[in-house]
Amino acid sequence: MRYAETGYNLEIDLSSGSIAKVPTAPDLAEAYLGGQGSAAKLLWERVPPDTDPFSPDNLLIFSTGLLHGTPFPACNRTVVNTFSPQTNLMSHSLFGGFFGPELKYAGYDKIVIRGKAPDLVYLYIHDDKVEIRDATHLRGKGTTETGDLLKQELKDKRVQVAAIGLAGENRVYMASIDHNHASAARGVGVIMGDKRLKAIAVRGTKSVNVARPAELFEMSHKIHTKMAESSGCGDWMAVDEDDSFHHNHFAWGNARTRRPGYWNAELQERWTKLKYDHMDRQTGCYNCPKKCRNVISWPGRQRFGYKCYGKDTYHMAAFLELDFSYDILAVAQEYGVDSYSTPQVIAFALELLEAGILTDKDFPGMPADSAGRFFYLLEKIVRREGIGDILADSVSQAAKRIGNGAEAFDHNTTKKFEQLPIKLGKLNPAYFLMIATGEKMSITQIEGSFPQDPLPTEEQRQEFVDKWEAVPDQKFKEYFLNWKKRNDISDEATCDIVDWNEAMHYIDDSLGFCGFVSSFRGQFGGDVPYHINNIPQAIALATGFEMDKPKLWKNFQRIRTLIRAVNVRRGLRRKDERPPEDHWAVRDENYEQQLLSKYYNFKGWNSDGIPTRATLEQLDLAYVADDLEQRGILDKAEAP
Amino acid sequence: MKPAMKIEQEILIDVDKCTGCRACEMACSAFHSLPKFSSINPAKARIRVVSDEIRDEYVPVFAGNHTKSGCDGRHVYTLDGKTYSECSFCRASCPTRDFFIEPDSGLPLKCDMCESTPALEKPWCVQVCGEEALTYKRTEVPREQATQEVSGEIEASLQALMKQHGMEAVIHHLKEMANKDR
Ligand code: SF4
Ligand code: SF4
Ligand code: SF4
Repeated sequence: MRYAETGYNLEIDLSSGSIAKVPTAPDLAEAYLGGQGSAAKLLWERVPPDTDPFSPDNLLIFSTGLLHGTPFPACNRTVVNTFSPQTNLMSHSLFGGFFGPELKYAGYDKIVIRGKAPDLVYLYIHDDKVEIRDATHLRGKGTTETGDLLKQELKDKRVQVAAIGLAGENRVYMASIDHNHASAARGVGVIMGDKRLKAIAVRGTKSVNVARPAELFEMSHKIHTKMAESSGCGDWMAVDEDDSFHHNHFAWGNARTRRPGYWNAELQERWTKLKYDHMDRQTGCYNCPKKCRNVISWPGRQRFGYKCYGKDTYHMAAFLELDFSYDILAVAQEYGVDSYSTPQVIAFALELLEAGILTDKDFPGMPADSAGRFFYLLEKIVRREGIGDILADSVSQAAKRIGNGAEAFDHNTTKKFEQLPIKLGKLNPAYFLMIATGEKMSITQIEGSFPQDPLPTEEQRQEFVDKWEAVPDQKFKEYFLNWKKRNDISDEATCDIVDWNEAMHYIDDSLGFCGFVSSFRGQFGGDVPYHINNIPQAIALATGFEMDKPKLWKNFQRIRTLIRAVNVRRGLRRKDERPPEDHWAVRDENYEQQLLSKYYNFKGWNSDGIPTRATLEQLDLAYVADDLEQRGILDKAEAP
Repeated sequence: MKPAMKIEQEILIDVDKCTGCRACEMACSAFHSLPKFSSINPAKARIRVVSDEIRDEYVPVFAGNHTKSGCDGRHVYTLDGKTYSECSFCRASCPTRDFFIEPDSGLPLKCDMCESTPALEKPWCVQVCGEEALTYKRTEVPREQATQEVSGEIEASLQALMKQHGMEAVIHHLKEMANKDR
């Protein structure tokens, strides 16, 4: 019997209409876990590097995490991977809620989709019954609206639906895939739309088995109780009404303007009232005692839900207030666009207008006020109308198409992807490396185990490390105790810290854990329920594999390195690994490049950021080394 | 004389506190799997959370009795400005929906309050409800009072049967059943 996983993938070819339930190799999960890890392996094996993201040969993979469906709480992140037309690299996205566990209860670890349907379709999965169905009646429907319509059509309130909105249908690069009030961004909605797949509706009534039931339930229940009681996990931003952090420190508009003294008591009181006057409740994800999502019912709009910084991005880009975000988020959610990148794209276009690179002729009929302009451009983008057709290709690609100096306004992207609008003074070395070398595109998907900043006093630092259960090694406590100034830390420590931060995300995204109870949350206090010291035990109890810390760490390195190789094969090189030039005011190119070299070396990559044969072999990835050599990407002479 | 006592158990449901997480379903299905906790399948849970994000409807429902046929009509409740369909509140294991029907065997499921020896301090669904949308109450009531309640219930049921089938038929059946038992 297979434990924790089902042992089957659902393979769909939308061009031919074929559907197959395919058994997976039993030893795959032990080496690549599930989720992003095993998805990367499929992308490596099955999508040749010259495949255009819009080719029918591109795959769109929905993965459950290895521990989805087991009693471990907050294990519900569905992982979506494909190749993105925006970056031409591997897209990695996650959404919370109920979809992944439901898919596992239906009997599948993954849905692997290739080909393109002739017209809009949806996929209906009810245990062994799988159908590709006509979805032309859902054309133009909103994301949660589609979910609702499908529940009615299928006469089953318990199907879990992931859908695209108009943005995905029109292949907008910022399009998201939405499930209830959860959303997967970063380049996956566009491919779902390109494949003419409007939605996936899944319902499962099968059992997920675990290897060592009694011990597992005891462990998972302890974690569940700890989570329920602890303020050290979940999204504190859902209830912390003091949002001075984002408003005073993040940049407004097209990621340029800092407003350090913006936040004040009057504003906080007014916005808190606005929120509670319109909030129905807070909801959570499958089998999690936290409730991170604020559900807002705004007059005349569909209910929507938001998490953390998601409520700020629109009004900060538009120099407006929270009521504007509430108004536009409801609309944007139904269109299915990423709330991080889309406001930046709109603010970028308005800057070009101000600079005279675009003119009024490019914006016929646009209102004069900021709110009106954002709504106007949102409409243009999701419909790919006029200037919207260019903007729908995201900031970097739009700048290139517009030309005439527009490239200079593309100042906040890395690897052609919009970064968080953070503009700081002095360089934080770990953040330099994470933004430069990260392949999850957004810093929120890379940072998180080690604190962002040192604590001011020795007592505070001591107190922090005393209760720090999550550290992989005592040396991290030393690093933290001795860390006094943000930019003053040894390169060795920096490499270790970046590695640990990354490790937890790669592990979470392969097992299905939510970052708010693991990889993302440790930096804000260290008290996370899941960490490198207890996750091996969780895997062992659920799957029956032998698992310990060194083995799990090696799994992380294997997955991480494989993803690097997937992207290297598509052209990713050292020259691409540059954080936005204005991310920090004070820069030192020499130091940064030296640090980057050290990090490559630490990772076992060559000076161009390519994993060496020795590294690959040590991670049981000799097949990758062979391929890279055959393509001339790795020098044969480099072999040991 | 001290009256004999009987334990009465109640689970109190506060729908306003429910986050829709379905931990209750997970735990119920795990506890009732054989061997205990060996498999998880919310479709086998004896509690279901009816949820609807668009209408802000979150109703945990416990499996009650089995019914052979569904209702002829549907009612829609509006509470506090929100609409709920009648089925949201209904506890029946009923052929018109796949709630509370064991997916493998097709047999009806019923909440047994996690009956086990030794008895649990609290049912599992309550234990995992981090939000206290579910709370557990255990009270001791005098058995006499309980017996009175039960005899009232039996009388009402017998009267209904007699109304439908006549007194003779009911007495006849009772005799037959008693004979069989002997
Ligand atoms: S911690 Fe919050 S976001 Fe994460 S699974 Fe739980 S409810 Fe969802
Ligand atoms: S565990 Fe509690 S909060 Fe979660 S769905 Fe069940 S009743 Fe609602
Ligand atoms: S009381 Fe026990 S049997 Fe009843 S629904 Fe809750 S967990 Fe299931």
